[in-house]
Amino acid sequence: MSEAASEATSEAMSRPIGESRLQYVRAVDAADAVALGSRTGATFVAGGTDLIQLLKSGAIAPSALIDISRLPLNDIALKDGGLHLGALARLSDVAANCDVARSHPLITQAIEASACGQVRNMATVGGNLLQRTRCVYFRTEGVACNKRKAGSGCGALAGENRQAALFGGNPLCVATHPSDLAVALVALDAEVEILGRTGSRRIVLTALYSTADNTSHYTPEQDTTLASGELITAVRIANAERFAAHSTYLKVRDRASFEFAVVSIAAALRLHDGVIVEARLAAGGVAARPWRLRHTEAALLGHAPSTPVFTQAAQLVAEGATEGAQPLTNNRFKIALLRNAIVRALETVGGQS
Amino acid sequence: MADDGRIALSFILNGTAQTVHVAPCDTLLDLIRDQLGLMGTKKGCDMGACGACTVLADGRRIKACLALAASYDGQLITTIEGIGTAEQLHPLQTAFIRHDALQCGYCTPGQILSGIALLSELPKDHQAIREGMSGNLCRCGAYPNIVAAIAEVAGL
Repeated sequence: MSEAASEATSEAMSRPIGESRLQYVRAVDAADAVALGSRTGATFVAGGTDLIQLLKSGAIAPSALIDISRLPLNDIALKDGGLHLGALARLSDVAANCDVARSHPLITQAIEASACGQVRNMATVGGNLLQRTRCVYFRTEGVACNKRKAGSGCGALAGENRQAALFGGNPLCVATHPSDLAVALVALDAEVEILGRTGSRRIVLTALYSTADNTSHYTPEQDTTLASGELITAVRIANAERFAAHSTYLKVRDRASFEFAVVSIAAALRLHDGVIVEARLAAGGVAARPWRLRHTEAALLGHAPSTPVFTQAAQLVAEGATEGAQPLTNNRFKIALLRNAIVRALETVGGQS
Repeated sequence: MADDGRIALSFILNGTAQTVHVAPCDTLLDLIRDQLGLMGTKKGCDMGACGACTVLADGRRIKACLALAASYDGQLITTIEGIGTAEQLHPLQTAFIRHDALQCGYCTPGQILSGIALLSELPKDHQAIREGMSGNLCRCGAYPNIVAAIAEVAGL
């Protein structure tokens, strides 16, 4: 579909909703989606599990929904020495894929810990990465939230901040990212493939998220570094099969299922001659993006796996000179929870002693 | 699409072909209840938390309150009205009655649809049923009986 043709289509599909006009357009291919998505007020919809909640809660008010759910971007394949997950692959299909479970069980476990059966049947890989924070201030009409309404303040900073960030928080926003899958993917150094108006690019997943520590012109209302119209087409994980034998996803939550993490840990080790030679630790529920604990990872290297080694490394989360968790009034307990979760996850993958 | 800007949509609902026109923001739940008049699918939280709106789309269970109706063009939708009749209940409905798996009954259509989909995923034990049914809340607290009913049909 040419841009002119799709212009005509979207015009004809428009409908007055109160004062605004909401349009629905089905993209015919990825390039069409990018062209349609580049327009002011346009937003992509795939599974819709978060988008519809955002619409109903008034957190977003787009002028056009660009339906990408029918684009052929749902392949799941082991190829070129890595794992390729199409952005529109359903979470339930990824979780049920035997190749994924064998080569990257961390991904399977993280998805199985996500949401519930119905939501996993709808939600897509790309949408999961782009879901927005569950911070109650962001999800509620009429309260202070810089992410929801620029310049309105951060209600969580001195308010209800039990779920708020321990790392990378700032006076403008202390929200956390709710994805489980993204935490597993960050531990595996995943990259995202992005299609834009000038072609495609590939970035590491951590660089997808716009946070105060990695973005020069940071603003809380902007969750990602995606430019207008840019579309995630795939996630790629290269050379991570070596962690398959020693990896786990541990999610700590207020109820046993269908609940977001209070904290979560994706842990992966590689052992050689009984010694840890590679370590990956990513934490969920503690920052505006999955948070790599690189000091803790480094402290594990060269040691034989043991509970004392794990415990000592996990102490670094609270240490100012290393990981440096910064709690607020109601989330200090998450430091101990995170520390214990790290030890538990490492005992699971490296053995207890 | 129609002249009034609504979107034309054709799909199979409980075995019958339907052609309707929906607004861009209409959910599948609103389409089923308000436009097509099938009231078995319930609107509980309307935010994806309770599962009372569970239906099958191409055989997979989904939450109709989080589904944009326009996205389901061409799909096979099954609601509780397509599952069984008073004369010929689905085996899971029979099991729900036998196990007293409901009190007020408001969540039951969603529980049945979710349970039927879960059965096709072959849960291996009671714990898998509890985990697999976590997307359906029952405020009356009939959970043990719901799990027992599904387990019986699963042969566990």
